[in-house]
Amino acid sequence: MVTPAPTKPPTATKPTGPAQRKPRAMSGTGGRTAALFLTPFFTIFALAMVAPVVYAIVLSFFAQQKSGLGFGEAKTAFVGLENYLQVMQSESFVGGIGRLALYCLLYIPCMVGGALAFALLLDAAVARARKLFQLLVFLPHAVPGVIAALIWAYLYTPGVSPIVSVLETGGISLNFLDNQMILPSIVNIAVWEWTGYNVIVLFTALQAVPREILEAARVDGAGEIRAAISIKLPLILPALSVIMLFTVIGTLQLFTEPSIISKATASVTSTWVPNMWAYDAAFNRHNLNQAAAASIIIALMAAVLSWAVTRFSSRNKA
Amino acid sequence: MSTSTMSRARPHSPALPQGRRRHARNGGFGSTFTVNALLILGCAYMVLPVVWLFFASTKNTADLYGTAAYALGEPAFLENVMAVLNQDGGVFLRWMANSMFYAAFGAILGGLISVMAGYAFDKFQFRGKDSFFGIVLVGVLIPNTATVLPMYLLASVFGITNTIWAILIPVLCNPFGVYLARVYSAAYVPAETLEAARVDGAGPIRSFFSLGLPMMMPGYITIALFQFVGVWNNFMLPLVMLQDQQLLPVSVGISIWQGYSIPQPEFTPMVITGSLLSIIPLLLAFIMLQRFWKSGLTAGSVK
Repeated sequence: MVTPAPTKPPTATKPTGPAQRKPRAMSGTGGRTAALFLTPFFTIFALAMVAPVVYAIVLSFFAQQKSGLGFGEAKTAFVGLENYLQVMQSESFVGGIGRLALYCLLYIPCMVGGALAFALLLDAAVARARKLFQLLVFLPHAVPGVIAALIWAYLYTPGVSPIVSVLETGGISLNFLDNQMILPSIVNIAVWEWTGYNVIVLFTALQAVPREILEAARVDGAGEIRAAISIKLPLILPALSVIMLFTVIGTLQLFTEPSIISKATASVTSTWVPNMWAYDAAFNRHNLNQAAAASIIIALMAAVLSWAVTRFSSRNKA
Repeated sequence: MSTSTMSRARPHSPALPQGRRRHARNGGFGSTFTVNALLILGCAYMVLPVVWLFFASTKNTADLYGTAAYALGEPAFLENVMAVLNQDGGVFLRWMANSMFYAAFGAILGGLISVMAGYAFDKFQFRGKDSFFGIVLVGVLIPNTATVLPMYLLASVFGITNTIWAILIPVLCNPFGVYLARVYSAAYVPAETLEAARVDGAGPIRSFFSLGLPMMMPGYITIALFQFVGVWNNFMLPLVMLQDQQLLPVSVGISIWQGYSIPQPEFTPMVITGSLLSIIPLLLAFIMLQRFWKSGLTAGSVK
């Protein structure tokens, strides 16, 4: 969905196409001008994305090796894929990937399902005060991830939390921060942060559904729920697949929320998810080469996943 | 296809078609009530944590642990604010100013760089356009956090870690902004206008700044707003790059206070009140610029 749209700019399909070809030969719209406009972006892109990744790849093939008993200066030696092997064999890194997978399995259906349900409710003919609801539901997106994690960390802490005390008066004692509950608790923070944003995306897509089609369905006797499932849902599939793509990329970034929560509970270790593992490797274990290898592995996972999602959603469309 | 819809619709339509239609248009009390009740429930989930933050910021340490969550304790709000502002010689305001500076720099300059690139992709013809745009899209798909450590490793080679450049250079890079700008350029800037300017003798740079950019202004504001939020919310980049307390953005600063508050509970009200103060600028920006972020979400995902 992301890829095909921009490769066909509307101007190319307009009847002005042949006229546009003319200035190509003249000055002003050709390669040299384009270079002028594109150089700033691609310079920054090279500095902030390409160069770091290339350098990380180079680093990942080396290791600091100390001679004999570990005394004396460390030497840098080429070790090939050794770092990658060590990272992949590390129990904590693999455990982190497993946790991240579990997190995805919980988070994606909850968040996307919740956003879809809310957007459909908002689009229902009987919904009132749509503008206010949109603003309120978007509110969490204006709260930075750090602050969101902090707020929820307090809302999970017995003694401060209204949720825990309400549950206790109902006779339920639940520790949101223990080993079993910590994953759902962190999923909840992410759901809170991202559902509203995606509600707005889906709601905007729903507003573009032609009203005549819905009216026709109504005349044929389809109720609101029926129209939502068999007419609206298929028509907003492209928007849904974009959301899926960005959500999948987003889940791999998981770092802020568990880092903040890790200070409030021992259930979140310093290597809880792959990003935290890489951070820990760089700053606590001081093994920059392994940190580089771990970062490259995370980027590769993102590449494979987003390829799979785009592949899957373009097949769905066809 | 049509037969199946008809046969599926049949059980409904003959029975009371009029009643059904009226029901759909006005909504029976039941469905109006259910839909709006569910919407209110959903909004409560979204809003209540922020409301809690507000109530909690009015309490001192003892009340925080002692009174009901949504009740006002001894009014300690001003005390808390003063404590936040006075801690470590007013470092909180410094953090806020840093956040504001990093985010505004990324939004205004980074936004302009993205808009220029997107405009070039839309309006100019050049060799390798599709491959270059492909590179931009790959940039969109790489998760930020995966490049933070590599950036740190490279920055330490050049000795710019723990300086503002370690933040200012990365925040200019916004591939998604380029993608959005291309969509906006195609939608807002007619090729005919630029052609007319060219005939009148305006060069491409002149016509960008006097025609293209003003026409794309809503798009520029949208891209800048999203970049602003992205930089303001960024946690891992400054956490990794900066050690000097005077350079930290507010997100990392508050997380340091949170670390202090574990052994020293008297820091807790400051963490809470600081959090509240730090989200006010973004809340205001979002409320005032509603029309822009809505259009940005549309352009980015639906088209």
